Amino acid sequence: MTATVKWRTWLLYLGVAAVVAYCLAPFYWMLVSSLRSTSDIFDTSLLPTSVSFENYRAVFSPSQGFGRALLNSLIVSGTTTVLALLLATFTAYAMARLQFRFKRLILTLIIATSMFPVVSIVVPLLKLFTDIGWINTYQAMIVPSMSFVLPLAVWNLTTFFKQMPDELEEAAMIDGCTRGQAFRKVIIPLAAPGIFTTAIIAFIAAWNEFLIALSMTNRPSIQTAPVAISKFTGATQFDIPFGSQMAAGVLVTVPLVIMVLIFQRRIVAGLTAGAAK
Amino acid sequence: MSPTLLVLTVVVLYPTVMAFTESLYGAKGLDPKTGFISDTEPFVGLQNYADIFGQAGDRFWNAFWNTTFFTVVTVGLETLIGLAMALIMHKAFSGRALVRASILIPWAVPTAISGLLWRWIFNSDGIANALLGQQVLWTTEGFHAKVAVIIAEVWKTAPFIGLLVLAGLQVIPKEVYEAARIDGAGPLAQFWRITLPLVKPALLVAVLFRCLDALRMFDLPYLLIGAQKNSVETLSMLAQNEASNVRFGPAAAYAVLLFIYVFLIALGFVRLLGTDLVGDVGGPRKTKRNNKLRPASPAAGSAEASA
Repeated sequence: MTATVKWRTWLLYLGVAAVVAYCLAPFYWMLVSSLRSTSDIFDTSLLPTSVSFENYRAVFSPSQGFGRALLNSLIVSGTTTVLALLLATFTAYAMARLQFRFKRLILTLIIATSMFPVVSIVVPLLKLFTDIGWINTYQAMIVPSMSFVLPLAVWNLTTFFKQMPDELEEAAMIDGCTRGQAFRKVIIPLAAPGIFTTAIIAFIAAWNEFLIALSMTNRPSIQTAPVAISKFTGATQFDIPFGSQMAAGVLVTVPLVIMVLIFQRRIVAGLTAGAAK
Repeated sequence: MSPTLLVLTVVVLYPTVMAFTESLYGAKGLDPKTGFISDTEPFVGLQNYADIFGQAGDRFWNAFWNTTFFTVVTVGLETLIGLAMALIMHKAFSGRALVRASILIPWAVPTAISGLLWRWIFNSDGIANALLGQQVLWTTEGFHAKVAVIIAEVWKTAPFIGLLVLAGLQVIPKEVYEAARIDGAGPLAQFWRITLPLVKPALLVAVLFRCLDALRMFDLPYLLIGAQKNSVETLSMLAQNEASNVRFGPAAAYAVLLFIYVFLIALGFVRLLGTDLVGDVGGPRKTKRNNKLRPASPAAGSAEASA
């Protein structure tokens, strides 16, 4: 009996190891490759033979304009997140607390828009933005990004607000607050963790966006980081600069990975609350 | 709440209507009357759609089948792998934090970056060929390109299904399993008769999300293999490609057809799931309490428990 129990434990550990390896191996490969020098980039050893930061220096060489691209990404996803959160907080509060006609229908529609094929709005907006001269502007990327970040934020926040008991506002209103004051002074501070988690998830969604950023820009100085990396040029035209692409990939991903590691519990709660409905 | 609706109207509804009207116009071209290049696009009615089902149809149908093939295969594999991951995570008590952290990493890596990463892995001199001891030119046209895209997509999204299913698993009360054991059910019977039926609502929602997401796949095949490659071109790529070549009319027609396709799949799922995709959105808790007296729908139950 104990033998089978032992077997089971081992099998479980093996399973856990397999899951971790599955998730981390490709990411690890990106990290290792980014640390190789150009001469041994095609090595397949598990550890770099000699650690070299050559690729990282290449990423930040002025010709690639990567620093600018990072800044662009930060501006676009930051603005999108802030705008979406501002709007979504009020909407989600109304969804969680107020009763009005067609509420179910409206919430369903809002959620449905987050699953909308982005290309369906990129095509007409590309034409519109070309006509009004918005190509190569930040707003041309921020406005379409709202189409999927806003519903995501509304949905997540609605779940958070619904978990907060009504008695909170009732108590505040008995003490003389108006509904607005109760919302501002009681609910918002208490919902801060939920708002924060939603902000992280929304930011990651906006940060990872590629199709809109690719379609709405053609000037390198306005491109976001994912687009810029995909257009990195090598020494010759046919030489794909894998090393610097991996290094830039690490740089773009590491902030997200750190956020994920710090806030993993909350992010998992946010993701499953929003989706496991 | 009305500002949100206003914004969504501007950024979603208005462009959709625009896409519909735009799809009725042709590309700019020579005006047959004057011989000059016209500034406006000619109204062509349903010609763009007629072309899709007629002469220009090959590229569309190829993209349509690619999209469908990718969706069916990736979501199928993701569900199996995600379910296995969730079962392992649910059983594992030590190292749970490590597993949870590592499972979030594929989700956090931008799809565009993962496309480049997998292009590097599947490079002709890359690690994939070294491990296999083969010389496959993964990123050239052919079935292997499809395989590369599927592997990369499954890597990124299976953990997500795992997370959602895990949330569903944690809701199942232990007593149910105890009772089953007393009744003599083995591990396999417990899985088929208890675990699977009880996580089904969570799993179905996860599958719905993944399906709709896979149908609009763009970043991964675009970066891993490239634009205008027959073996991996999806509907999103086709529409984007046409639009970037200033052929807005046909592009809009493709986008509209993709939209309708996604809509139909979503509708099918909602009918399959029953009504409760949104869960119980009844505001005041009083209505919620009343709901508990009634047999709550499984979807709403999982939403509450995951809270």
